[in-house]
Amino acid sequence: MACFLVPAAEAVVTTVAAKVMKSKEVNPETVQVQLDGVEFVEAEKIPFSRKLGWLNKLLWGGSGLLAFEHVWHGEVAPWFPFLTAASNPADAAKMLHEMSTVGVTMAVLVTAVWAGMLVVSSVIEKKAQKALSDES
Amino acid sequence: MTLLTTVFAAIICTVIWYKGAPKSEMKVGVLCWMYWGASLMWLVDAIFEYAELHAEYFTPAPADMLNDFYLGLSVVALGLVIWLIILLVKDPKGVVQAALFRKKN
Repeated sequence: MACFLVPAAEAVVTTVAAKVMKSKEVNPETVQVQLDGVEFVEAEKIPFSRKLGWLNKLLWGGSGLLAFEHVWHGEVAPWFPFLTAASNPADAAKMLHEMSTVGVTMAVLVTAVWAGMLVVSSVIEKKAQKALSDES
Repeated sequence: MTLLTTVFAAIICTVIWYKGAPKSEMKVGVLCWMYWGASLMWLVDAIFEYAELHAEYFTPAPADMLNDFYLGLSVVALGLVIWLIILLVKDPKGVVQAALFRKKN
């Protein structure tokens, strides 16, 4: 009914957070890594704001395409109140229930997948740096 | 069917992105994020629907399946249109810019 609004709201918050973080970030951390698997080169670690950008893209992309699905099913209309379920109290209650269950789960799952990506990227970063300490 | 269509689109785009990485001249990453985001959200939708319908979830009526597939294809097409707009606006290869300007002799 309007489940995509929950991840879209999260996307607004994370986009603002990423912009604020980016403006406060100073020089990125420089490390020695083997990008080609042979030679060690100096490389910059990507800042957290960029990693938060991954979450933004997942949330904006997903909720954008889901919004299209809701238009397809006639649940979103181009006139006020824009959500057809909001026009009567019974449907509005159902819509709010769906948002609090399906919508929240969508936002949580996308965030959990992003958190998993952070863990994996952190492991890859540590492994690359460990290779340098093993070499020397 | 919509979930399946989007997942396949996401997998194909990720393979194409990996083949072209680390260069991202075609901005295929945009498509990957979009399709994976939508796939995760439709997965949640599918889980809730499964909890409601149980085994019936896996035996949809042919007309519903066709409609869902049609929706899936439309979603993929919309994603491609969004990607194309981003590609032409960002113009990483400078193709649009080169088409708009002619070198003065």
